[in-house]
Amino acid sequence: MARTIIEKIWDSHVVAQQAGAPALLFIDLHLAHEVTSPQAFQELRDRGLKVRRPDLTIATMDHSTPTTSRHLPVLDPNGAAQLAQMEKNCADFGIRLYNRMSDHQGIVHVIGPEQGLTQPGMTIVCGDSHTATHGAFGALAFGIGTSQVGHVLATQCLLQQPSKSYEIRVDGQLKPGVAAKDIILAVIAKIGIGGGTESVFEYTGSAIRGLSMEERMTICNMSIEGGARAGLVAPDDTTYQYMAGREFAPKGADWDAALARWKQLPTDEGAMYAHRLVLDASALEPMVTFGTNPGMGIPVSGSIPDPANVSDAVQKSDLIKALKYMDLQPGKPMAGHKIDVVFVGSCTNSRISDLRAAAAVIKGRKVSPHVRMLVVPGSQQVKKQAEAEGLDQIFRDAGADFREAGCSMCLAMNGDELSPGQYSVSTSNRNFEGRQGKGGRTFLASPQTAAASAVMGVVTDVRTLL
Amino acid sequence: MKFAQLEGKTVVVAVENIDTDQIIPARYLKSITKEGLGEGLFRDWRTNDPEFPLNKPESKDAQILVAGDNFGCGSSREHAPWALTQYGFRAVVSTSFADIFKGNSLKNGLLPIVVPADVHKELLASSGAVLRVDLANATLHLPSGKSVVFPIDPFSKECLMEGVDELGYMLKQDAAIQAFEAKRVGSVNTLQ
Repeated sequence: MARTIIEKIWDSHVVAQQAGAPALLFIDLHLAHEVTSPQAFQELRDRGLKVRRPDLTIATMDHSTPTTSRHLPVLDPNGAAQLAQMEKNCADFGIRLYNRMSDHQGIVHVIGPEQGLTQPGMTIVCGDSHTATHGAFGALAFGIGTSQVGHVLATQCLLQQPSKSYEIRVDGQLKPGVAAKDIILAVIAKIGIGGGTESVFEYTGSAIRGLSMEERMTICNMSIEGGARAGLVAPDDTTYQYMAGREFAPKGADWDAALARWKQLPTDEGAMYAHRLVLDASALEPMVTFGTNPGMGIPVSGSIPDPANVSDAVQKSDLIKALKYMDLQPGKPMAGHKIDVVFVGSCTNSRISDLRAAAAVIKGRKVSPHVRMLVVPGSQQVKKQAEAEGLDQIFRDAGADFREAGCSMCLAMNGDELSPGQYSVSTSNRNFEGRQGKGGRTFLASPQTAAASAVMGVVTDVRTLL
Repeated sequence: MKFAQLEGKTVVVAVENIDTDQIIPARYLKSITKEGLGEGLFRDWRTNDPEFPLNKPESKDAQILVAGDNFGCGSSREHAPWALTQYGFRAVVSTSFADIFKGNSLKNGLLPIVVPADVHKELLASSGAVLRVDLANATLHLPSGKSVVFPIDPFSKECLMEGVDELGYMLKQDAAIQAFEAKRVGSVNTLQ
């Protein structure tokens, strides 16, 4: 029977299926970080259990990790305790850890792909909802809670219910100034943040095929923002070219064997999806969010929606609530709204191509005097590459701050945060109330849009600067 | 923690898409234990709005939270159900739940109850109502005498009712896991 790539990966990982119980699914790769794992390691200690497959878990430090100089001590005692506990847990249980001082340190979803850990056909989990990032390689990758982190550590398996397959087909060619981020923001604006509940997205179509691996990662990353459990892109030559030669990618005969397996993964002709959305990439504009969830996005040339035009009572009150928090006036244009901070970073947009895109806009220009701009590379490797290309200097010359790797102002756990009332244009994934700091207000956008807005000091259509 | 019957008072937070950052802000995640999270529950909403339902004296001791559609979206933080249960909640009623939150809740004795729109509307309008949850029959009894069956997968139901520990269940399948691993040798690139 014709199967989707989602069904193929699922079928090849079912260890056991008892009647009346969820499937026991084998996990090929588990990524761990300091925030969602301590209680899971404690559970193992309490039960006297070992980590079943220490070779299949890789740990790093990213969430509460400072992005100031690595040689300075961690000032926040709670953050410091969390990082120290991560060192201890990994040492006690024999898990490879890329700590703050490692050249491999970075955001979990950036380091997996860059080191070749992330491979097509794998099941990949992490105690982090943005694990779907790894789906860009044709892996079934999803976020889990801390109890499940414990389950994977102890058994290398998870109890899982199957998901529905949801095709998101994007055809056509993006116009200049429009980025992968704009595709996914447009998708979420269309289906809403609960639209993908119980589903796994497969992104298909000529526009997706035309994207680089890093652009595909940006799209898969935000699948959770559409409510989906995971999101993926079937592997192709772009995937294999990106992977070849990376540290943990198979080599020699192993590579050939792996490639033969990977080529079996794409969805069969005639396979059925439970849902489908079709989008025309050539009709897209740069997107920006105005509200307090990622589904509240509009083209940057658009106006702030008016609750008066919303008929559903609950939706209307939610829109009023969002506009009140954001202190925005209905009907006003988005472009031109004054901002205080620009953040380029996060597992959505902190890879070398994101930094290049932002630098290309910033080069030869200055960050507006009233704007603070932070550029936070996703990993030490990204940082090194950016420095080799002189991107750090471009950012510094413009007046931006170029920092160490980590999650940083995406979720404001490490001291990088907005002050109450401040507005940011952020390349991260969530604009929830207080996400970037208590009382802070977030406009989500692409790196290009973020850089253009930093220069102009207001929300800006990057196409006016091209 | 076993869960069979629950008779409890509701408190209504009539907001859609309540994300886990609102349920428990990230600054409460800098902990290496599960303790002390109840005080962080809806912290910013409780702080900024004196009229927030949880601030009202009549919501004291409420065990059932009634909230808008797509409850628990966003971050995978299990701190969300930990905070809700530590605060005193044992069930959340909505028209739908985000997947990760739902899974995390069921592992922590917090019952996510999905109800149809008309029942939801009735509950939204009657904060403080006393509801009875009969998990064995997956039925929610309303004060009006109406009752509604809610969906729950049989495995989660049994785990909640019998206090079955999922990890214990998984560890018992060790032989199957070993057999699976043996079959896959060479087919997965291990990281050694």
